[in-house]
Amino acid sequence: MSSTTPILEARGLTRSFGAVRALDGADFDVHAGEVVALIGDNGAGKSTMVKALSGNLALDSGTILFNGAEVDLSSPSVASHMGIETVFQDLALAPHLTPPQNMYLGREIPAPGFLGKLGFLDNKTMRARSKVAFDELGATVRSYSSPVGSMSGGQRQAIAIARAVVWAKGVVFLDEPTAALGVVQTKAVLETIRKVRDKGVGVVFISHSMPHVIEVSDRVQVLRLGRRVATFQAKDTSVEELVGAMTGALDAGAKS
Amino acid sequence: MSNDSISAKNATADAAGVAADASPTGEPRSEAAVSPDASLLTSGSEGGIGGFFRRIVKVQSFQILLVLLAIFVVFSALAPDTFPTWSNMRLVIQNVSILAVLGIGMTYVIITSGIDLSIGSVLVFSGVIAAKVMQGMGGDGWGTAIVGILVSIVCGVLWGIFNGLLIAKAKVPPLIVTLGTLSGALGLAQVITGGVDIREVPAVLASNIGYGNIPGTTIPTISVIALVLLLILGVVLHKTKFGLYTYAVGSNEESARRVGVKVDRHLIFVYALSGLMAGMAGILSLAQYSTTAIAGQSTTSLAVIAAVVIGGTSLFGGVGTIFGTIVGLFIPAILQNGFVITGVQPFWQQVAIGAVLIVAVYIDQRRRAAASRATKTGKRSLAHLFRR
Ligand SMILES: Nc1ncnc2c1ncn2[C@@H]1O[C@H](COP(=O)(O)OP(=O)(O)O)[C@@H](O)[C@H]1O
Ligand SMILES: [Mg+2]
Repeated sequence: MSSTTPILEARGLTRSFGAVRALDGADFDVHAGEVVALIGDNGAGKSTMVKALSGNLALDSGTILFNGAEVDLSSPSVASHMGIETVFQDLALAPHLTPPQNMYLGREIPAPGFLGKLGFLDNKTMRARSKVAFDELGATVRSYSSPVGSMSGGQRQAIAIARAVVWAKGVVFLDEPTAALGVVQTKAVLETIRKVRDKGVGVVFISHSMPHVIEVSDRVQVLRLGRRVATFQAKDTSVEELVGAMTGALDAGAKS
Repeated sequence: MSNDSISAKNATADAAGVAADASPTGEPRSEAAVSPDASLLTSGSEGGIGGFFRRIVKVQSFQILLVLLAIFVVFSALAPDTFPTWSNMRLVIQNVSILAVLGIGMTYVIITSGIDLSIGSVLVFSGVIAAKVMQGMGGDGWGTAIVGILVSIVCGVLWGIFNGLLIAKAKVPPLIVTLGTLSGALGLAQVITGGVDIREVPAVLASNIGYGNIPGTTIPTISVIALVLLLILGVVLHKTKFGLYTYAVGSNEESARRVGVKVDRHLIFVYALSGLMAGMAGILSLAQYSTTAIAGQSTTSLAVIAAVVIGGTSLFGGVGTIFGTIVGLFIPAILQNGFVITGVQPFWQQVAIGAVLIVAVYIDQRRRAAASRATKTGKRSLAHLFRR
């Protein structure tokens, strides 16, 4: 089934901001257990696409299909319920909360029994489980009781990614997850992407680093001026070909 | 869109294979240079008694507690016979109680990075309506008193919801909304009374709650009421989901929204809570002073805000404790009392509080600026109070 029906598919998405057509009839698809790289020049509409597909942005027109059925991604929680998670380019952690609090924000584990009904939380369990999740990703978090705002960019990125992949059962979007990272951390993120894919999750990876794109993804879809202009099998393409498609130097002859 | 442009710049460098570990967030370069991936490799320690002390000493509410203790010691030395006595401290505690009730709600509001200027006026309005109703009912018994208590609380909550709706739904800045209700609630109270204070208060209310003690002790009832509220709402703030969401909304509203926190509803609850506390304070004030004291609350909101901020709650949101607010309330109260006892003009108290407040906000601003340099997500100025 995964090879025929995409887990998430977008058709003809349109969204304008004033005079700017951020999305102009854009298509997109990702299958379960597949890494799709979404590439394009700055302003091509990648982040806008991610926001639309994660329930964070209303569309002017277009349809979104989840496992072949049309869905209305009207809010982030609708997307969450379907197992769609996102690491946004602007991170979106709460800087004053600790890593476990960020990990479980909006999904807190209540304390057992009556106390839980009163709104008390099971901080111990949340902390222990987030520890497991961070360890699994090789992200050693220095402190589980300090606010994430006091941590380095790389560490915050690791926390944001861990939060997304822990909850993602269907699709996870990573909008430029390695832009702020060093070499070692980037390797860890690429490794994480493979692990998550092997769990059967569809991974959408946005990056400006073509070598990374080719290294980690199965397919590459190219956005230009709010439209998908090409799709490539990662193993058959090259950096030159991708850059050509992004800039429009190569004519938009879509290979598949 | 500045975020976008910054990381895009870095991403371009990344694509070109240059400086893959460049730090686009503007963190101190040295940190990245010394160990570019320290965060993923090292697992530093955070435990230990020493670590605990090092951390707690940095907490503003703890620092301010030391200031309070120092003030206490100085006045005790200057007036050993009169200042550090139970009867004197009892007076201070009694005077702080109503402000403490208001301070609870204000702490929640300021943690969400909001502000509530209206509490003094809502206090007056609630007290006036409660007094009117009780006057209309007549009688000096508990029946009348309980109706008055409920009326006052309901009035407070309604003003709070009104504030919250305008702030969360209509997106009017909290400073403006509550400046409006500061004026509106007081004006209505004056219209209703013709500007003349009501001085009829059921005897049970005045003698049991107002200036009464817990039976068999010399502990003021009103202070025990305040303490119970402080404990309950302190636990709610620091231990429950509601409290966690209060911090989350103040820390990064957008991130809270994205994970499904109902931010608007939460803000309405928080302003309703502030209104509830003001309504509570309205009936307590009526009980304590046996008058609606319409003209007597013009600086109450500011005094409470000052106390909350002195206690380490950040005007930028995301940070604060109920404990800090209590300490922040006792500093002006002790200063005032100490000045009176030692024969200094008590007006100096206002000067001292102004200075402490400015220092507290200065420290907060410095800390915040340092943090936002690292996170990029921080609000750099207090301008957020003027917009939504
Ligand atoms: N909230 C917004 N308001 C106005 N314009 C926006 C907004 N979000 C995106 N845009 C515009 O839409 C276009 C696409 O942006 P974006 O999706 O962020 O591109 P990318 O992520 O591919 O660099 C850009 O021209 C951008 O300026
Ligand atoms: Mg983008």
